[in-house]
Amino acid sequence: MASANATSPAGPSRFWDRLNISTKRLIWAWAFLALPILFYAGIRFYPTFQAFWLSLTNWDLLRPAQFIGLANYQKMFADPIFWKVFQNTFLYLIIGTPISLLISFVIAYYLDRVKVMHGFIRALYFLPYLTTAAAMGWVWRWFYQPVPIGVINSFLSTLGIAQQPFLRSVDQALISILIPAIWAGLGFQIIIFMAGLRAIPSTFYEAARIDGLGEWAILRKITIPLLKPTTVFLVVFSSIGFLRIFDQVYNMTTNDPGGPLNATKPLVLMIYQTAFSSYQMGYAAAQTVVLFTILLIVSLLQLYVLREKK
Amino acid sequence: MFTKAKMAALAASISFLALSSAQAVEIEYWQYVFDSRVQAMDKLIANFQAANPDITVKHTTFPYADYQTRVVAAKVAGQGPDVVQLFYGWTDQFVNGGLIKPLDPAVFPHDEIESEFFPIVSAMKRGEDYYGLPTAVRSLALFYNKALLDEAGVQPPSTLDELLAVAEATTKRDGGGNITTAGITMDMAGQDHHWWRETLIRQFGGAPYDAEGNVAYDDAAGAAALKFYTDLQTEHKVGLIGFMDEGQAAFRAGMAAMTIDGTFRLGAFANNPFEWGVVELPANAEGLKSNYSSYFANAIGATAEGEELEAAQKFLAYISSPEAMEIWLATVGELPARRDVALTEANLADPIRGPFLKGLEYAQTTRFYDEAAQRQTSIDMVNRVLLEGQSIEDSIAQAAAAEQGIIDAGRQ
Repeated sequence: MASANATSPAGPSRFWDRLNISTKRLIWAWAFLALPILFYAGIRFYPTFQAFWLSLTNWDLLRPAQFIGLANYQKMFADPIFWKVFQNTFLYLIIGTPISLLISFVIAYYLDRVKVMHGFIRALYFLPYLTTAAAMGWVWRWFYQPVPIGVINSFLSTLGIAQQPFLRSVDQALISILIPAIWAGLGFQIIIFMAGLRAIPSTFYEAARIDGLGEWAILRKITIPLLKPTTVFLVVFSSIGFLRIFDQVYNMTTNDPGGPLNATKPLVLMIYQTAFSSYQMGYAAAQTVVLFTILLIVSLLQLYVLREKK
Repeated sequence: MFTKAKMAALAASISFLALSSAQAVEIEYWQYVFDSRVQAMDKLIANFQAANPDITVKHTTFPYADYQTRVVAAKVAGQGPDVVQLFYGWTDQFVNGGLIKPLDPAVFPHDEIESEFFPIVSAMKRGEDYYGLPTAVRSLALFYNKALLDEAGVQPPSTLDELLAVAEATTKRDGGGNITTAGITMDMAGQDHHWWRETLIRQFGGAPYDAEGNVAYDDAAGAAALKFYTDLQTEHKVGLIGFMDEGQAAFRAGMAAMTIDGTFRLGAFANNPFEWGVVELPANAEGLKSNYSSYFANAIGATAEGEELEAAQKFLAYISSPEAMEIWLATVGELPARRDVALTEANLADPIRGPFLKGLEYAQTTRFYDEAAQRQTSIDMVNRVLLEGQSIEDSIAQAAAAEQGIIDAGRQ
């Protein structure tokens, strides 16, 4: 550009001068925006649309993809395992999100008032969030073992309570995996909640106390309503997290991933297995489209809730 | 003047390069990462290059988890290996995907293959063609913890009834009836599904698959075999699926008296802090024995042509030779795939290798279409009985239908 301008100043520079200031600004803005847009188009959007197309083919990596219409979707909706997995995915969401938000709010609410060793306690809560999910999954997997090595079962048997199967049970396994997943996410949610609590002006509380409001009323009328933006953010953030749960499940059930009997298998794990263990890329793409749709709906709900507030 | 001289030098060096590339062939060999296998292959490559100075072998390895994906991706990119290692159960996928080419019968005569290798090599045959040759093969055996058996005053079992008796004698339980030392490990995700499929079903009078390769275990024999297995946990309480997380972990920790595992476990068990031994898989009351054998074979990549193909054939012949098998046995511990190299006096008398080698004589090799998915059907079958209380017959019928579905899909 610079050398082109230097050798022939007439043509291009005159064209540039003729533009008015707002057009120039627009061009500059688009020039800067073009880079991330091109990047996103190539790295995100193109593969996303490619996945939609793949979901209509029978691609298996080895042979060229053939268009097979909606056969993958028919197969998926007729597959009882898919519906089991679909149900699991929503169980992770429906149980995980409210419980984790409730616990983290309660902890943040009281931790906010603790002055002694405040930083240390906060660090303790935040620590699991920094730990690799895989490492944590394996530690918890051993916690849940039967006697003689499982910590929880050894404790239960010393109390004279029958040992529990935990991960080896179709009823308990999902909850057993959710507990460490919730625990791991608590630290982050507590920090965000505390930031939200701190952001509420203390004058509101002073005024309420002068008016003679009790603690419970202050919580209901002031704290919770003013925390709404924080809560909405955390609901969406943790919902997406639970909808995409994978690490904990995979690491706690590697011998029989998502087992026993698909009791713990989330959609992401099913996609992984279909794609990289059975190499049915087309079928996996169809499952991905379903996951994409679910995540899209959750995100649109977030936008709707936020807009309503303003 | 100067540039002319330069040009001449350049031209000369180009022609020299072209000449030398015509003389020296480089071929690429691919396998997955496993320390002792990589060491053994490096040794074989060094020997091969010393004998064939005009051929260089480039040794490339990938983690096991994405090995297949890499091979497939390389094919898509048109840069496949010249000689590639594959699990026998992947042969259909590799052949259908055009990743490997059949062995030239002029270089690898069929009658020689069939007379010199163990019969399980037939799992590499599709139609009239062999698609690969193994260096080493694996089989199953019963590992036992000598200290625990001595403590209970029992001898390693040779029949299924003895197996139950030994397991009962060696199981230890706490006051609440929970197992603290298992008589035998139960791990369907490990090798037990092979034991059930190829050994127990046959020992109870059935066959896992019919002549066409369709599922044939949905009958009384299959049910009896499944009942024998699940009874270990429910009836005799001598084992527990998930005890110590994995069967091999329980055995290694000295908390299981017996476990069924393969040759590939010998390395991991070598440093066990107790004395252990190996016996053949127990026979049934009539003395019928069966075993499961598997192997990784080496095949020639579909992209190898001309002199690279020739070099690849030479290399494949060398790594399937008796000499290579001796090196592999010494370095990796896997059994030689040629009968006369494997079944020597010294090997058969070896207390560890002996039982595995004897197992090879009567071993079966399952024709897998999707090994992971087919194994999953067996895991689920046992879990339905143990965790959901489904009846043996219903569970086996459901497993048979699911596995047949995988086989049908694999044939398309």
